[in-house]
Amino acid sequence: MSILSSAPANYGQRKIVDYIMRGLTIVATLIAIVPLVLIIGYVTVIGGGAMSIDFFTKTYEPPAMSDGGFSLPSNAVTLPTPDPAVPVDPNATPDPFAGIDLGGATGVTPVDGTQKGEALSAKAQGGVLHAIIGTLLITGAALLFSLPIGILAAVFLAEYPSNTIATVVRFCTDLLSGAPSIIVGVTAYILIVVPFREFSGVAGAIALTFLMVPTITRTTEEVLKLVPESTREAALAMGAPTWYSTFTVVIPAAISGIVTGVMLAFARGAGETAPLILTVLGSNVISFNLLQPIAALPLITYRYTESPFPGENTQAWGSAFILMMLVLVVNIAVRLATRNRLSGR
Amino acid sequence: MAPAQTTREGLWERFERRTQHGDAIFWGITLFFALIVIGLVVAIGVVIFNDSALAREKFGWGFLLGTDWSPIDTDIAPASFGAWPAIRGTLFSAGIAVVLAAPIAVGIGIFLAELCPVQLRTPLSFMVELLAAIPSVIFGVWGVIVFVPFFTTYIATPISDTLGESIPWLAGPVATGRGIIVAGCVLAIMILPTIAAITRDVLSLVPNTQREVLLAMGATRWEVIWQAVIPYSRAGIIGGIMLGLGRALGETIAATMLIGNSTRIEDSLFAPGVTAASLIANELTNVNGPLHQSALVSIALVLFAITFALNLIARLLIWYVNRGAAQGGRS
Repeated sequence: MSILSSAPANYGQRKIVDYIMRGLTIVATLIAIVPLVLIIGYVTVIGGGAMSIDFFTKTYEPPAMSDGGFSLPSNAVTLPTPDPAVPVDPNATPDPFAGIDLGGATGVTPVDGTQKGEALSAKAQGGVLHAIIGTLLITGAALLFSLPIGILAAVFLAEYPSNTIATVVRFCTDLLSGAPSIIVGVTAYILIVVPFREFSGVAGAIALTFLMVPTITRTTEEVLKLVPESTREAALAMGAPTWYSTFTVVIPAAISGIVTGVMLAFARGAGETAPLILTVLGSNVISFNLLQPIAALPLITYRYTESPFPGENTQAWGSAFILMMLVLVVNIAVRLATRNRLSGR
Repeated sequence: MAPAQTTREGLWERFERRTQHGDAIFWGITLFFALIVIGLVVAIGVVIFNDSALAREKFGWGFLLGTDWSPIDTDIAPASFGAWPAIRGTLFSAGIAVVLAAPIAVGIGIFLAELCPVQLRTPLSFMVELLAAIPSVIFGVWGVIVFVPFFTTYIATPISDTLGESIPWLAGPVATGRGIIVAGCVLAIMILPTIAAITRDVLSLVPNTQREVLLAMGATRWEVIWQAVIPYSRAGIIGGIMLGLGRALGETIAATMLIGNSTRIEDSLFAPGVTAASLIANELTNVNGPLHQSALVSIALVLFAITFALNLIARLLIWYVNRGAAQGGRS
């Protein structure tokens, strides 16, 4: 009773403020969840609707080719040929367009516009197989470049943690992961595309390397640090040199965490668009040649989102769906894997 | 792999003993790859610094404030390059994003670190991290098809019809819907998880003694957060907001798809603009001559310098909080 009576006079007011502010933090969390749900929902509904066997097995086909939408209509314009016998009167100003049915020439009836609508509703047959191949090749090549750099740099950071170089390297990884992806694209463009006068998959892979190295380095360093010092000491006590213990004891103990980081880096790289615009350019056919322009899923999404052809819009949303699924699957798999590992301990 | 036993020891044997385990080589190799990471950053800096030399020499510092960006060189209107439209668009869109996102994101961080039930903490944190993992091109597509029409109809048009009459920077027309403010809104969604995750992390570093003292005094949960937890971690939260600002400044694809890509400077925030990143993405691959390319690379240099400085300050602030937590935990 004495506690209650000693409560300050403004306790009720403070309690209300407490409830309001705690409520506001919940509202803030909901505000973040809403766009997440909306984005995943829209991409799943619209992009998921584009999924079909063709979408994964065919390549780009231009819109409206099947029904000859772009051939000239039969009533194409024939300009009246001037009669050579009649001298041309320079002062006369006849209407040059008189008697020409412009609507017939363009295939559009100006009044009701139904023909235009029909032309636009023509579906593009085809899929994004070329872009899936391209994305896998580019990102795979980038992984090939960034794996040794990322993992060995992380080994350096974990085994020799406190010196000036390690601090600088850590700052550089932070800087690279925070650097705008367009800057990396500019660098790869100037270093590779301009001298060789050719957009190429390799240039894109090198640009992605800049972005994947920091992810791999940081996650690998974190997991390597989680390996208990006693494990290392046990290996050293058996007479193994540091490098032998690192490669046969420490890295195997941390391998699942390293794979996690590599998968996250792969997902990040596969979704990057800005560097690819400046380096890879895109393509509409299947190509395995990384020395030439090559297709990529994010480029399809970027280019065809606002295309006037619904078939190309479908390709854009379908590519977005595939990219999002890749990111979701990788993240959820990583989450499940790390949870199992933690609960297993 | 069994290390050989050395019985006698001469100078050469001693050298062999020092290096035979391979640790020196191992150190050298890992150091080499660590230096490559530094080299990547240096490469970016050197390349964009060198390639921007032409524009820097020609325009000097006035380049930053030049208001006219017209790369096409004709007899009537010679090409002129001024970075101000891009810098202005970048600052405005990123500023709008941070103003919208920072309070919400800090709220999320507080909820996740202090108030959330334990069972909800992991799934909610995961969802916020998922928002960070979604590729920016998907934000762009979603923004173009879903958000822009919604924003134009229900927010932009009513505001420009009423407030826009008297306030020039909220004036219409909002016909296309693309504009600085739309880009800012989508950027805000994109930087939410960055700020929220860092806020959550620095809040969880605050020692429990800080909370217990105020709780023992009879404070409410909110008073504990506001008077003990947040002041303790203020520098880290500011660091997180700066990292979010850095991400908003450099975001390319979503901004390119949403901002409208017009290099004209207009008062209204509803009008289309351009950001540094989107200008580069649009024009670098089809430049009109070396000066145009050099001017674009100069803009990249400005962007890189800004993000470099922001990252440096933000990391120092977060490091400062971490160090404080480590000392507080020890005492």
